[in-house]
Amino acid sequence: MTTKVDQTISSPLLSVRDLHVTFRSKHTEVTPVDGVDLEVAPGEILGLAGESGSGKSLTLRAILGLLPRGGSAKGDLRFAGDNGELVPYDPAAVRGSGMSMVFQEPMTALNPTMRVGDLIALGAQIHQGMSKADAMTEAVDLMREVGIPVPERRARSWPHELSGGLRQRVMIATALSTKPRLLLCDEPTTALDVTVQRQILSLLRRLAEERQMSMIFVTHDLPVLASIADRIAVMYAGRVVEINDSRELFRRPKHPYTHALMHSAPVIDVTEERLVGIEGRPPDPRRFPVGCRFADRCSFVADGCEDAPYRLGEIVDSSGTACVRELDLKGVR
Amino acid sequence: MTGLLELENLSVRFNVGGSLFGRFGNSSTTLTAVDSVTFSAEPGRSIGIVGESGCGKSTLAKALIGLVSYEGVLRFDGAELKARRTKQLRRQIQMVFQDPGSSLNPALTPRQTLSELLKIHEMVPVDAIDDRCAELIDLVELPARVLDVQPRSLSGGQRQRIGLARALALEPSVLIADESVAALDVSVQASILNLISDLKEELNLTLLFISHDLAVIRHMADEVVVMYLGGMVEHGSVAEVFDDPQHPYTQALLASAPRLKRDLTDETPIIGEPPSPLDLPPGCRFAGRCPQAFDLCHTERPPLYSHDHGSAACFLLSDSNE
Repeated sequence: MTTKVDQTISSPLLSVRDLHVTFRSKHTEVTPVDGVDLEVAPGEILGLAGESGSGKSLTLRAILGLLPRGGSAKGDLRFAGDNGELVPYDPAAVRGSGMSMVFQEPMTALNPTMRVGDLIALGAQIHQGMSKADAMTEAVDLMREVGIPVPERRARSWPHELSGGLRQRVMIATALSTKPRLLLCDEPTTALDVTVQRQILSLLRRLAEERQMSMIFVTHDLPVLASIADRIAVMYAGRVVEINDSRELFRRPKHPYTHALMHSAPVIDVTEERLVGIEGRPPDPRRFPVGCRFADRCSFVADGCEDAPYRLGEIVDSSGTACVRELDLKGVR
Repeated sequence: MTGLLELENLSVRFNVGGSLFGRFGNSSTTLTAVDSVTFSAEPGRSIGIVGESGCGKSTLAKALIGLVSYEGVLRFDGAELKARRTKQLRRQIQMVFQDPGSSLNPALTPRQTLSELLKIHEMVPVDAIDDRCAELIDLVELPARVLDVQPRSLSGGQRQRIGLARALALEPSVLIADESVAALDVSVQASILNLISDLKEELNLTLLFISHDLAVIRHMADEVVVMYLGGMVEHGSVAEVFDDPQHPYTQALLASAPRLKRDLTDETPIIGEPPSPLDLPPGCRFAGRCPQAFDLCHTERPPLYSHDHGSAACFLLSDSNE
């Protein structure tokens, strides 16, 4: 699937409008996700980039109704039905019917008391109503599809007997067992070694193509997104600040935060004399500033930035930015 | 060799029980975490040590600062250094750890941590300790007020700076940074990496920079040592190793790294995962995953062959060595 997907997606698979995630306690109220808009096209891999605290993982969890205790989501969430029409859905009830999730840490996300074959078969049993024997055959097929060697034997293994890469493959097989049309990936390769990470990225990419499955891939690692995503949305302080086709984003970033992120991490194929970090810290989600939330760390800040709307502007040629200054920023491609 | 720090066949072995009771009987097996590592670090150089988890890079670091005992020879400034060493020698090699949250004593303020060190090692007269603390905190570019707060109220980047100040308090000649930025956000990483580079120049430190992150190694190091399952597979200047890797493992590692300028290709450069360090193959440790392995690789361990711009432990290079 190398076709570029236009931002003005005619018939998206998933549409998220004005998503807010709020955590309330007796005295405080925090809204770490504060107005996120996203669309995912059928078959598209959308990358969601950002640093810790940007709200990227919470956005993903809110889509599937898996928020941590105390969190509540508000917003318009729609998922395409069988006829392709977007229908509002209840995040708490959507699990297993069209969406599933792959987590970062395969050791803690897999049930340690179940043989991996049984665990994978469970999805087919519950969501597709298969008999146990059929589901087991299906599980072995899925294990073969995700590249687990000798799946018949491996199906009898316990999670602790597997290496990190195999565990992550088991988790992907588990996620596939409900035949999802959208796979939500929360840093699925961050805990893996480079050579294994590469294998898992290739696997996910192949699965997306073969199954015509969409993906939202959350990570802080831009090179990983450069290699897997069709389109990338960059999050900062609770909102999307820039969205663009992946190659275009790296060629010509339009938001100073994207630009800074690109130039602050050392990158293996770009040798820069000195790294440019980002001064300061992201704003406190309890007291987000009124205007641009990146303004006090931005090296391109100008008059008016503190009152500028902190929202993605108009999407032109599949690209949008929350920066009101029309800057000519240097990319890395 | 004229290195400040010289390693000659340095190995670290752990006894691990085959079963719960094995370790009390005779059935214990040996895990070789670091196997015959040999290299030397010239004064002021920055050596990167790179490899995947379980390759022994952190154990090597622990051996160098004397936290685990080792076999082979370690020399500092020409004199042999044992794992148990005098205070004077301990001071010379200092380390910044990966997780600044758990490597700082949570009950002590940075001032207390630093003062204690300065006192025990008699770095400055007692009445100059406060001044020295202020100097150190300034050295790592933190405001002086940070000296008197609890570590938990500091950010990850600030804590890592305190970890750096603690290591530098003992005025070492060799600084080991073990995954020192792995736990930090990219924007914070940049400032810590810049700070380490600056301090290295300013204080003329010899730097051993350990990381799994190829990009960070390329940025920080002059030379690089690539490790796989405890053994050293390649050594050379950073530019040469990254642009023209000789060992098939280094080649696979570099080809696997995600790059900003390249899309994912369909072929996977390398399949499988490393074998268990308890059950190592008799020949080359990489042979099972190596696309170029031949019969000899499965039976014999390749030595380090030197070539024009470095050395690599691979039989493919044996011709050019003769």
